[in-house]
Amino acid sequence: MLITFNGQPREVPPGRLSALLVELLPASGCGAGVAVAVNGEVVPRSAQAECWLRPGDVIDVVSAVPGG
Amino acid sequence: MIVRAESGGTIPDDDVLVIAGEPLSSRFFLGTGGLPRLSLLESVLAAARPGLVTVSVRRTSTREPGGLLGTVRSHGVRVLPNTAGCLSAREAVLTAELAREALETDWVKLEVIGDESSLLPDAVELLEAAETLVAKGFTVLPYAPPDPVLARRLADVGCEAVMPLGAPIGSGLGVLDPWTLEAVVAAVEVPVVLDAGIGTASDAARAMELGCAAVLAASAVTRAEDPPAMARALRLGVEAGRAARSAGRIPRRAVARASSPMTGRIG
Repeated sequence: MLITFNGQPREVPPGRLSALLVELLPASGCGAGVAVAVNGEVVPRSAQAECWLRPGDVIDVVSAVPGG
Repeated sequence: MIVRAESGGTIPDDDVLVIAGEPLSSRFFLGTGGLPRLSLLESVLAAARPGLVTVSVRRTSTREPGGLLGTVRSHGVRVLPNTAGCLSAREAVLTAELAREALETDWVKLEVIGDESSLLPDAVELLEAAETLVAKGFTVLPYAPPDPVLARRLADVGCEAVMPLGAPIGSGLGVLDPWTLEAVVAAVEVPVVLDAGIGTASDAARAMELGCAAVLAASAVTRAEDPPAMARALRLGVEAGRAARSAGRIPRRAVARASSPMTGRIG
């Protein structure tokens, strides 16, 4: 199914958000220092394993960078 | 009596800046944006001894364990995520919520930019975002236009500080309108933090002399020829300005007034 991941279209198999993060972000997964939003709503780490993705979902993953 | 601050500085215990009930170890806040390389951050932090350190949140594809956050936290400094680059209240609120989840802090430096070339804040979106975030339990420090009326509105909706700009972000022009900055200080009970426009130590001192509770600088340090040296200079400028403000300066006079006695002169 097609989703949007950090602004880019991606074809991914159906599944849970936590599994997708492990696959697409092997270096960070869903660990500390990272936050995830699906369709403009934050999905806390504790809820990522129960978050089933749907076609068209828009997923953003962020972490801290230097900034003023 | 002197208390040893968390970051290693010494400050008189009757002049500690408190925001949202939390004492901060310094009145100099540091923004981390603009450093030519992250490896400089360690020496900049050591020289700045900041009370708060700002970071941004951005899309990521990897994470650097022990990088930016590790360095900041090793100095015992509170991290203040910002919503830099957000152009609407909606974007800023989501960015703040992501920052809270990623960095485990409900403090946020709220920025809603109204114009991508001047980087001036959008007052209408800012107030809306501030009200929403306060209701969601955030400690909101808004980057704001230097406007005493808006400052009061921001304080009224529950912001724990107000952060007026002295001049546009990254401009180094200092405090362009000292009269208005003093009016902002007079308008609100919450701490006023001069944010943006600082170019050098005298700008930081000036802002403190005008009554600001703290000064935040990023580019002035990170884009200086020698960032750690400028970090130290700004820290000292903030300290000097605060001391001068408390000391009570002499009134300005239009004419000279001799300080040496006129009696007993020879000739």
